[in-house]
Amino acid sequence: MSSKLHFITDGFVKNNPTFVLVLGMCPTLATTTSAMNGLEMGLATMFVLILSNIVISLIAPMVPDKVRIPVYITVIATFVTVLQLLMQAFTPAVYETLGLFIPLIVVNCIVLGRAEGFANKHNVGESALDGLGVGLGFTASLTVIGIVREILGSGAVFGWKFISGDGILAFVMAPGAFLVLGFLMVLFNKYLAKK
Amino acid sequence: MAAKSTLKNMAFCLTAVCLVCSAVVGVAYAVTADPIAEAARAKTTASIARVLPEFTAEPEQGSIELNGVNYQYYKVPGAGCAIISSTSGFGGVLSLMVGIAENGTIHNTTVLSHSETPGLGAKCTTDEHFISQFQGFDPAAKTLAVKKDGGDVDAITASTITSRAYTLAVSNAVAVFNKLNEGGLGNE
Amino acid sequence: MEYFLIIVSAIFVNNILLAQFLGICPFLGVSNKLSTATGMSGAVCFVITLATVVTYLLNRYLLVPFGLEFLQTIAFILVIAALVQMVEIVLKKISPSLYQALGIFLPLITTNCAVLGVAITVVSKEFAFGDGVPHMLNLGEAVVYALATSLGYGLAMCLFAGLREHLAGNDVPKAFKGLPIALITVGIMAMAFLGFSGIV
Repeated sequence: MSSKLHFITDGFVKNNPTFVLVLGMCPTLATTTSAMNGLEMGLATMFVLILSNIVISLIAPMVPDKVRIPVYITVIATFVTVLQLLMQAFTPAVYETLGLFIPLIVVNCIVLGRAEGFANKHNVGESALDGLGVGLGFTASLTVIGIVREILGSGAVFGWKFISGDGILAFVMAPGAFLVLGFLMVLFNKYLAKK
Repeated sequence: MAAKSTLKNMAFCLTAVCLVCSAVVGVAYAVTADPIAEAARAKTTASIARVLPEFTAEPEQGSIELNGVNYQYYKVPGAGCAIISSTSGFGGVLSLMVGIAENGTIHNTTVLSHSETPGLGAKCTTDEHFISQFQGFDPAAKTLAVKKDGGDVDAITASTITSRAYTLAVSNAVAVFNKLNEGGLGNE
Repeated sequence: MEYFLIIVSAIFVNNILLAQFLGICPFLGVSNKLSTATGMSGAVCFVITLATVVTYLLNRYLLVPFGLEFLQTIAFILVIAALVQMVEIVLKKISPSLYQALGIFLPLITTNCAVLGVAITVVSKEFAFGDGVPHMLNLGEAVVYALATSLGYGLAMCLFAGLREHLAGNDVPKAFKGLPIALITVGIMAMAFLGFSGIV
């Protein structure tokens, strides 16, 4: 069991999609205006990541090499569409907040990257665990960025306000996204260097 | 260990994948079609309930053209009319639902979607003082324009453009309401 | 006038990179050198405009009449992927010099979310420019919007590449080296671009 565990933990530190691999930057920057938004975006991506990893690891041996990318993209796009439909039906408010970035999961390099770099070489179990690990790593990163931006930008965490009045509004807007990600990356580098 | 690429198996593989994927999406669509329609209806009903006095009748949807723009509205017998009205705000489209009671006064307004600046223009969804000005506003007695433009609406501090857009949307809705009533009862 | 407002709005006010966060991965990936940045911008410009026209028509004349809007994501990404492949093949045949300049960037563009992002935005969102009434874009406006957006992409990309070339020679603290300092630079650039908000 413990030998399998590293497939999950790798996604957090060694292969952290945001701070180490620097993939999927668009949703990372755009949807982390609050902790909750970051968390929801991470979970939505994880849903697609796990399912596409599972299916691709199953069909990879049968897919001719030259058409593998179109096949993978079709599979991923299918799951994204299913996710879109499910969210519209059951969590319409979340779907509206995340807006464009739900369909854009299709072109999130993390999803295609894991399909091409991991799932087509490993078995179903490992691919599912990898999807879970990387998905959790992505979710954790987005939530952390969201927490920092929400604290600085609106003086709240997960909507719970502890400073009355406005925060530093720049952090909720576009520049804050880049700045917070930059500084968090510095901290992450420091942490990795110490290890 | 990927299979060898020949024209035959490439074509076969792509066809098979597309068929399976279409089937999956088709099933998902069939399963979610009703809940999606239900969610959309619930959202509209909630907005209407917010902008109009309590009602029991089923809202009646319709659309009307005014000055080359198409407006969606929901007529509720006994309560009034909820009109969707969009204008160009500071950061993009500002879309409102404006509830007008049968006597012609504005009952309430609510923002359906906006892309105003957080902390400034975006206050149009939360600023009590700004929003409450429109509750019970009688367009026949007062002027729907911000004070800077000679009207009777207090703008949100530092967000004149958003306030102007909001007020314009409300005043367009009033114009639509007047046209609806002019059209008489023949209007479905 | 309307077109002018669309252009100013898409290039400066709602800059695709600095305000809408689309296409960030290639932005960070190839902006090390000004020459690669211009190449990438050219390729993105070409593909975004072409893809927007094709997906706009596809949506208008195939998906909407048959009530298949829910297939937008799948249809658009497949069309874009096929289009990029085709552009690559055609370019190789008819203009080897252009292929040399843009060719290596083309495969990267399929997964550039700016392309899919603009294609989806154009067919699903209402736009308002100036005092204009909010409305869906028609084909002409969509083309202008796509072209202007990709010019905005090129502008931000080239400005940033210029900054980054200078940054490379500077002595920054070790933990800041590479991407972190680049991100902080983009943050400051984005702050400057905030100054454009509200002008149209």
